[in-house]
Amino acid sequence: MGARDEVLARLRTARDAGAPATPPIGVLSDPVVPRTYRSAGRFAPGGEQVLARLDETLTDYRATVTRVPTEDDVAAAVRAFLRTAGSVVVPPGLPEGWLAAFDGAVRRDEPACTVDELDHVDAVVTGAAVAIADTGTFVLDSGAPDQGRRVITLVPDHHVCVIRAADVVASVPEAIARLDPTRPLTFVSGPSATSDIELDRVEGVHGPRRLDVVLVGGLRPGEQ
Amino acid sequence: MTGHGRAAERSRTIELGMPTPASDPHRHLRGTEGFPAAAHRALADTQLRRNLGHATRTIRAKRAGVVAELDDWEELRRAGEAIKADTMARLPELLVQFEERVTARGGVVHWARDAEEANRIVVDLVRGTGADEVVKVKSMATQETGLNEALEAAGVAALETDLAELIVQLSHDRPSHFLVPAIHRNRAEIREIFLREMPDVDPDLTDEPRRLAMAARAHLRKRFLAAKVGISGVNFAVADTGTLSVVESEGNGRMCLTLPDTLITVMGVEKLVPTWSDLEVFLQLLPRSSTGERMNPYTSTWAGVTPGDGPQAFHLVLLDNGRSNVLADAQGRQALHCIRCSACLNVCPVYERTGGHAYGSIYPGPIGAVLSPQLTGIDGPHDVNATLPFASSLCGACFDACPVRIDIPSMLVQQRAAAVDAHTRRTGQDVAMAAAAIAMTTPGRFKLAERALGVGRVLAGRKGRISTLPWPLSGWSNARDLPAPPAETFRQWWARTHGGT
Ligand code: SF4
Repeated sequence: MGARDEVLARLRTARDAGAPATPPIGVLSDPVVPRTYRSAGRFAPGGEQVLARLDETLTDYRATVTRVPTEDDVAAAVRAFLRTAGSVVVPPGLPEGWLAAFDGAVRRDEPACTVDELDHVDAVVTGAAVAIADTGTFVLDSGAPDQGRRVITLVPDHHVCVIRAADVVASVPEAIARLDPTRPLTFVSGPSATSDIELDRVEGVHGPRRLDVVLVGGLRPGEQ
Repeated sequence: MTGHGRAAERSRTIELGMPTPASDPHRHLRGTEGFPAAAHRALADTQLRRNLGHATRTIRAKRAGVVAELDDWEELRRAGEAIKADTMARLPELLVQFEERVTARGGVVHWARDAEEANRIVVDLVRGTGADEVVKVKSMATQETGLNEALEAAGVAALETDLAELIVQLSHDRPSHFLVPAIHRNRAEIREIFLREMPDVDPDLTDEPRRLAMAARAHLRKRFLAAKVGISGVNFAVADTGTLSVVESEGNGRMCLTLPDTLITVMGVEKLVPTWSDLEVFLQLLPRSSTGERMNPYTSTWAGVTPGDGPQAFHLVLLDNGRSNVLADAQGRQALHCIRCSACLNVCPVYERTGGHAYGSIYPGPIGAVLSPQLTGIDGPHDVNATLPFASSLCGACFDACPVRIDIPSMLVQQRAAAVDAHTRRTGQDVAMAAAAIAMTTPGRFKLAERALGVGRVLAGRKGRISTLPWPLSGWSNARDLPAPPAETFRQWWARTHGGT
């Protein structure tokens, strides 16, 4: 018997031998898992409360957050974050306007940058698929035109991420429901960090050491 | 003993080429001496105890803080438990479904009956690429199989990239914790290891954690950027979508999963969950239980191969290596539910004192004490893993902390009873254990189990010390001058001395 068939045969025998007298939950075809935990968050998606909470949790994990009222204000906020950057890489479909005020070199990842090129660029600017206020997380979907290949947000040392209010949810379940599991996804919560030395959180290991977020919407113009 | 001393002693042992451990196919799951003797040595190492005490105190406080933020924590735990129980009840069918999805998305699935077969598959795959170096992201499955040694024997250097794994690898040490394999090292020891073992390190390196992390970044960066083959483990695999995930902090996981041309993932068959939406439960339970964070810095998910993004060749090795034995035991199979968060290690009064190495297996702590003996099976009356179920005070803290509600105390009691039955005729202590085993299966189990602990007091002499106990506790009591269980229960004592965290 080949390894596959043997492992599966062993597992079938074991599964039956070790079956609890009363199965803890449903029958094989219709498992019943008690999903009594919160499936929706405490705050409605896209509202002021959820944005304020995201601002807090992102900041807690050492990201710097700028809130702006409208999409038109993104360019100025991005420019401010990129003050020290001479060059940026962006995914092929990043809205042109976001970099309108940046006067350094912009390299679109089309054709694809080499790893060496990425290693020499100062920063990367992307959008995000969804953000989770409870945890201070945003998710990058590599299939989305404004987020791009995974490597472009990994090699540069500084990541500026623009998150739209409509994409902000309160809880992890709401985010999971919005995501496509067949695409490569990266859940990002703060700059890269380690707790491996005496369980102290130290920011900045292999991923970008600096993380900045522009949070768009939810404020009335003039409120920023 | 200092860190230097430990490492030096170990390398001497290796040079002598002790035949027994080297030929044991389960040598990463079974130590060379029983828990009592190993614990005795660990207890004498005051530096080790200080390092562990500091680290576990920190993590317990962090975990308590973020768990308290979720008012549905208990509901999440119950869902996690149920999802895992359901997975085990359908494991063969779910694996076939998962294999189909991964294959449809361009991955190649391999099956391995045991460690040796898994290593052979991976070594052949790496050879096929012509690479002589691979980058690895923390994978317990490949530690279990001893993959690094197999690669080395084939002339391939395996580079551990997780900071703690790197510390362990550079110091020729063994991991002692799931999450922080170098938890037994403090910053000064880590600095010494880096200065000694990193050829390109700044000689003025201080022991400031940030500087140490930067040294690791510099050491690994070029090798990441040039890597041709990455080897990873898995945190969760989704049967209905073929999605895999790696939960990490540093970005080394992203490097290993993204930059190489070829990705080889080694996965224990129990890592499966049925559906994508199950991740909504585990991505809440795991980070809060493990690092005490609302979310870890990076979680990567992928399904097969994505043209133009990341590795264009993807191999998945599905590993049994004793898991089917565990599944065959109605109560023991719960050990397969473990999501390796390490919360049970951090709250365990025994682990806090002895550290991970005393367990002799790469799976230490309370979960290791019930999982390792099941994975290896008990091979005769002198198998050192038969002592592992005794490496606990049955205080119940592990169950309370476990995000998937694994009933470790009951499993320990059951395995103790089995070990004693197999070894000797029944004595007073055996009867106490058997009684506790029954008590633990009833609703008021912890109360009753605590009462059973009182039996230890009966056995203790007038000085309040237990001097002799039947096997296998005998080695433990001789070695350690074991204090009798206190008049207050262990749980009360633990809550009092550890501030309830
Ligand atoms: S047994 Fe539970 S607490 Fe222990 S590591 Fe596994 S999941 Fe975490």
